Amino acid sequence: MLLRTYSGHGYEVLDAAGSFDNSSLCSGGGDKAVVLWDVASGQVVRKFRGHAGKVNTVQFNEEATVILSGSIDSSIRCWDCRSRRPEPVQTLDEARDGISSVKVSDHEVLAGSVDGRVRRYDLRMGQLFSDYVGSPITCTCFSRDGQCTLVSSLDSTLRLLDKDTGELLGEYTGHKNWEYKLDCCLSERDTHVVSCSEDGKVFFWDLVEGALALALPVGPGVVQSLAYHPTEPCLLTAMGGSVQCWREEAYEAEGGTG
Amino acid sequence: MAALDSDSDEDLVSYGTGLEPLEEGERPKKPIPLQDQTVRDEKGRYKRFHGAFSGGFSAGYFNTVGSKEGWTPSSFVSSRQNRADRSVLGPEDFMDEEDLSEFGIAPKAIVTTDDFASKTKDRIREKARQLAAATAPIPGATLLDDLITPTKLSVGFELLRKMGWKEGQGIGPRVKRRPRRQKPDPGVKIYGCALPPGGSEGSEVEEDDDYLPENVTFAPKDVTPVDFTPKDNVHGLAYKGLDPHQALFGTSGEHFNLFSGGPEGANNLLGDIGVNKGRKLGISGQAFGVGALEEEDDDIYATETLSKYDTVLKDEEPGDGLYGWTAPRQYKSQKETEKDLRYVGRILDGFSLASKPLSSKKIYPPPELPRDYRPVHYFRPVVAATSENSHLLQVLSESAGKPVHDHGTHSRHQLNASKRGELLGETPTQGATTSVLEFLSQKDKERLKEMKQATELKAAQLKARSLAQSASSSRPQPSPPDVGHRSWHMVLSAGTAATRASDFKPFAKDPEKQKRYEAFLVNMKRGQRDALERCLDPSMTEWERGRERDEFARAAVLYASSHSTLSSRFTHAKEEDDSEQVEVPRDQENDVNDKQSAVKMKMFGKLTRDTFEWHPDKLLCKRFNVPDPYPDSTLVGLPRVKRDKYSVFNFLTIPETASSPAAQASSEKVPQRQGSDKSRKPSRWDTSKQEKKEDSISEFLSLARSKVGPPKQESGPSVNEEEEHVTESLPDKVVNKGVDSQTEGEGSRPSMDLFKAIFASSSDEKSSSSEDEQGDSEDDQEGTREADFQNSRETDLVETSPVAQATEPAPQEPAPFFPIQKMQVDAEEFGPRLPPVFCPNARQKPEVPQKEKHKKNKEKHKTKKEHRRKKEKKKKHRKHKHKSKQKSRKSEKSSSSESTDSSDSESEGEGTADLSPQELLRRLKHLPLRRQ
Repeated sequence: MLLRTYSGHGYEVLDAAGSFDNSSLCSGGGDKAVVLWDVASGQVVRKFRGHAGKVNTVQFNEEATVILSGSIDSSIRCWDCRSRRPEPVQTLDEARDGISSVKVSDHEVLAGSVDGRVRRYDLRMGQLFSDYVGSPITCTCFSRDGQCTLVSSLDSTLRLLDKDTGELLGEYTGHKNWEYKLDCCLSERDTHVVSCSEDGKVFFWDLVEGALALALPVGPGVVQSLAYHPTEPCLLTAMGGSVQCWREEAYEAEGGTG
Repeated sequence: MAALDSDSDEDLVSYGTGLEPLEEGERPKKPIPLQDQTVRDEKGRYKRFHGAFSGGFSAGYFNTVGSKEGWTPSSFVSSRQNRADRSVLGPEDFMDEEDLSEFGIAPKAIVTTDDFASKTKDRIREKARQLAAATAPIPGATLLDDLITPTKLSVGFELLRKMGWKEGQGIGPRVKRRPRRQKPDPGVKIYGCALPPGGSEGSEVEEDDDYLPENVTFAPKDVTPVDFTPKDNVHGLAYKGLDPHQALFGTSGEHFNLFSGGPEGANNLLGDIGVNKGRKLGISGQAFGVGALEEEDDDIYATETLSKYDTVLKDEEPGDGLYGWTAPRQYKSQKETEKDLRYVGRILDGFSLASKPLSSKKIYPPPELPRDYRPVHYFRPVVAATSENSHLLQVLSESAGKPVHDHGTHSRHQLNASKRGELLGETPTQGATTSVLEFLSQKDKERLKEMKQATELKAAQLKARSLAQSASSSRPQPSPPDVGHRSWHMVLSAGTAATRASDFKPFAKDPEKQKRYEAFLVNMKRGQRDALERCLDPSMTEWERGRERDEFARAAVLYASSHSTLSSRFTHAKEEDDSEQVEVPRDQENDVNDKQSAVKMKMFGKLTRDTFEWHPDKLLCKRFNVPDPYPDSTLVGLPRVKRDKYSVFNFLTIPETASSPAAQASSEKVPQRQGSDKSRKPSRWDTSKQEKKEDSISEFLSLARSKVGPPKQESGPSVNEEEEHVTESLPDKVVNKGVDSQTEGEGSRPSMDLFKAIFASSSDEKSSSSEDEQGDSEDDQEGTREADFQNSRETDLVETSPVAQATEPAPQEPAPFFPIQKMQVDAEEFGPRLPPVFCPNARQKPEVPQKEKHKKNKEKHKTKKEHRRKKEKKKKHRKHKHKSKQKSRKSEKSSSSESTDSSDSESEGEGTADLSPQELLRRLKHLPLRRQ
C-alpha cells in the first residue's frame, strides 16, 4: 500500500532519512541536491544545492534542525532547516575521498569516508577524531549506548571501535563486502552486529564474542541496505527493488536475534 | 524694467521680470555680488559653466548624470506573483530633459512642418546647404534633395501663384521697362526675368537694348536680398572657408586657391563631382585625419612642404604682391618647375622632386673567414674546472686540440670579476656588499680558515684518490648508483669549494643538525667518502641516520650551485613575504603507512587515531543545542597555519614520516641533545613532531628498542646474530614482531613503490609457484647469488661508503629467483632490508597459512596501489621530486639494510617464528654451508 510518492529528484535517490517527529523527510541523490520534504503534503519544503557530486547519505540531527549530507565530493555539508540560507552552515571537508556514511548523535557527527578513515566531529569538545581503518568505509554507526562505533569497510570486515580511544573492540568477518556500499547496524539492545552481505544474506554476529550467530538468507541478490528497529527486534532489509521486514516470531528458533 | 500696470497702458510691452515693489521704510536690498550669483536651470539645479576660461573641464558630476552616485542601478524585483514587465529602454531614457527641449539634440517642440515652410531660396542658406552637402559623408544626398523637389508646393508659393506670380519673377507690381543698370554683372548670378512668350531668353536679352514694346510690362526682377547676416566670426572679410573641392578631391600638391571658390565654385559643384566620380569621397586633409573608409593615407600628413611657400619676396613677380603662397595655379607651377630644374635636368610629369635626399645604405663587406673554418659546431662536454676533475678536463681539452690551461694562467674568459680585480691590483670591495663572511663571528672565521686549509691540503690527496678510482672503475661491473653517487659527490666538492660552508644554512632551525650538516660539508670537501657516516650523530637511529644522510646529500647538491660571489650580493629580506606562503591546515592527518601497519596488526587505538582541534560553526552548535567549545574563536573548521609555499624543504625531506620517533629515542639517550631540542625555535617540523608525540609509534618504538636492547645495538657478523636471535626470539616474539613491522613500516615506506614496481606483477606467479617444488639447481643458483651478494656487502662494509652501499639494490632485481619465503617477507612488509641470511628451505614451511597471508597481502597491495595512484595523480607536478625520492629511498634502504643487521635478522625471525625450534636448528646447520 503506497501512501505517498515524493517526487522531485532529478536523478536517483541514494539516501533518505526521517526526522524524529516523522514530520519531515530529507533525501539526497544523484542530482547533487538535498531535499527536505513535508511528509503530510508531499511537497518539497527546501532544496539545498551546493554539493559538487552525488549525495551519498543524508541525516537529520536530533531535533531535525540541521540536515547533514555526505557526498562523493568528499564533503559533509550541514544545512540549516530553520533559516532560508541557501549556503550550508558549515562544510566539513576534511575527508580526502567521498563520504559514504554519516551518522549523527546529539553532539557528534560520525562520518565514514572512502579514504579509509572514520571521522568523528565532536561539537561539544570541539575536536575531530580521525580513526584510520584502511580500506574504504562503507557504513558507520554508533552503538545505542554511544560508547562504540561500528565500522564496516570494503575488506569484508566490520570493526567495533571504542569511541573515545579508537581501540578495536571487536572484529566481525564472514560476510562479503567487496564492492558495494552496504549497511550495517546494531541490534536493538546492542547484543548483535548486523550487516548486509553481497551473497544475499544478512549476517548476525554476537557483539561480545564476535562469533557468527546467524546468516539470514534474504534472496539471490545483494542485500543493499538494512535498518533495525530502535526498540523492537525488527529488521528491514532491502534487496533489488523490494523491502522486507523481519520479525522475531519467525526466526526465534534459529538465532533468537531478529 | 517697466513695472507698469497692464490695465493702465496696454500698448506697452514689458520685458523681463519686474522688481518687487519696495515696501515703505524698507532699505533697498543689497545686490548680490557677481561671484555669489548662481545659475540654475529650470529644475532648480545648479548649472555650471565650464570651459577653458573657468578652470577647464569641471570634474564631478555636474552636467553629466546629475547625481553624486552617477547612474544608480535600478533594482529589479520580480516575483512569482508580481512579474516584472520587461521594459524596452529607448535612447530617450538616457537623455536629459534639456536634450528634448527646443534646442536640444532631439527637440520635441512644435515646429512648422515642411509643408508650411517657405520654399524661397535663401542664397545664403542655399550656399550653406551646398557646403554642407559637400562636407557631408554622402555628398550626393542633399544634391538629390535639390534635384527632386516635392510636388506639393508650400502654401506661400501657392498663394503667390494664385496672384499671378511665376517662379523666377520678383515680387511686386509689374514695371513697364527695365532700367538699364539692372543689367547683371557677369560675375553675379542672375535669376532671369520672365520670358516673353515665344522668345528665347538669350535673344530677349539681346533685344533688350533697342526694342522695347510699349504694351509690355515686366515683372520686377527677382533680386537677391541684401545679406544682413552679421559677421560674427573673426575671419577676414569675405572669407569663405576652405573650398570643399580642394579638400575633397585632393589637389594636395598644389596651393590651395582660397580665392577660386565663390559662386562659380558653388555652381560647378555638381559637375565636379560628376567628374570625380571615380574617387573616394570624403574629407581628407591635414586637419581631418584618416577616415575609416579611406584607403590612401599617404598624403594626409605633412604633405605641405616648404617648397610650396615662397621664401623670398620677389618684386618682379607679376601682380601686386597678391600672389604670395596663394598664387594662381599656373603661376606657381611655373615657378616651381623652374626651381626644380636647377637641380635635376628634367622632371617627369606627375613627379616632383623629393625634398629630402635619400640616405643611401651603407654596405659592409662580409668578414673574411679563416681558411680552416668549417661551418659545423661540435659540442664538447662541459666540465667545471675543479681540482678534482682536472685530469678529466685535461683529457677533454687535449681531445679538443686545445692547449691545456694551467690553473694559474686562466684565459681571460675564465676570470671572474674578483680575479680580474686582483690582477688589476684593485682592493676588494668592502662594505655592505661583501660576502657573508663578514657577518660571521671570529670563531667561525677561524673555523672556516681551518677548513679551507684542510681543503687545499686534501686537494692533492683527493686527486690521487680520484685517479685511483677512475682506474678502478674499469672493474667489470660499475654499478649505476655508484656513478650517480659519485656525480653528486663531484658536484658537491666542486660547489662546496666555492660556497663557504656557512653560506647557506638549510637546517638553521635545528642547530645540531646544521652543525652536522656543516661537518658533512667539510668532510665532503676533504673528499672523504664516508663523510656522511662520520658527521651523523652516533646516537641516532639507523632510520634517522639514513634519512638525514639523504637530506644532507640533497641539500648539498641543491646549494652547491649557488655561487658564493652571487649570493654575497644579496641580503636577506627584512620582512617576511606573506605571499610566499600558503595556508594549510595546521594539523594534517599524518602518514597512512604506519597506520596501515598498525591496522594490519589490529592495533587500533592510539596508532590509528589522529585528534585535531576542530571549530564547529556557532550556528551549528546552536542547532545542536551544544555550547560552543570555542566561544571566542572566529575560525571555523580546522585551524590553519601559514607555511612556506616554495620552501626547498618541502622537497628535501620526506614529509610524511617526521623524524620524531628516532629523535625522541635519541633524545632520551642523549641528554644534551634533548636540551638543544628544547631550546630550538618552533619550526614547521615541530608542529608535526608535537603532533607525532601523541602518536605512539615513537613511544612504542623506543620502548621496544629498550626491550630488545643489546642485540639491536651491536652489529656483529650476521651468523652470530642469527643464533642469538633464535635463542631469544621466541619469548620476545610478539614484541619483536611489533618492532619489526614498525621499523619496517618506517624504513620500508620509501621503498614501497620500488618494491611494487619490482614485485607486484611477480607476486602472483610466486604464489602459484609456491606449491611447486623448486629444483636444486635453482637453489644452487640462489646460493651463488647469495654469496655474490654477501661479497659485495662485505666489500661495502670495508669501504663503508654510501656509494658502495647503493649497489645493493641491483642484485635484488632478478626477483623471481629468490626463494619464496624471502619474497613473502618482502612482500608482506615492503621491507627495504635484505635479509642477510635467509633460509633456502622455505618450502618446508607450512604452506597453507602463508598462502592465506599472501592473499591478504595481495589485497592490501591492491588497495594500497590504488591509494598510491591517486596520490600520484595529485602529485604529478612533483614527479621529479618523487623520482628523486625513490632514488633516495634506494640508498636509504640499502644503508639501513646494511646497518640494521639485527633488525634484519629479526624480521627474518618473524618469518621463521612459526617454525619449530628443530627446524630452525636444522636451517642453522645449513647456513654456513651455503655461505661457502
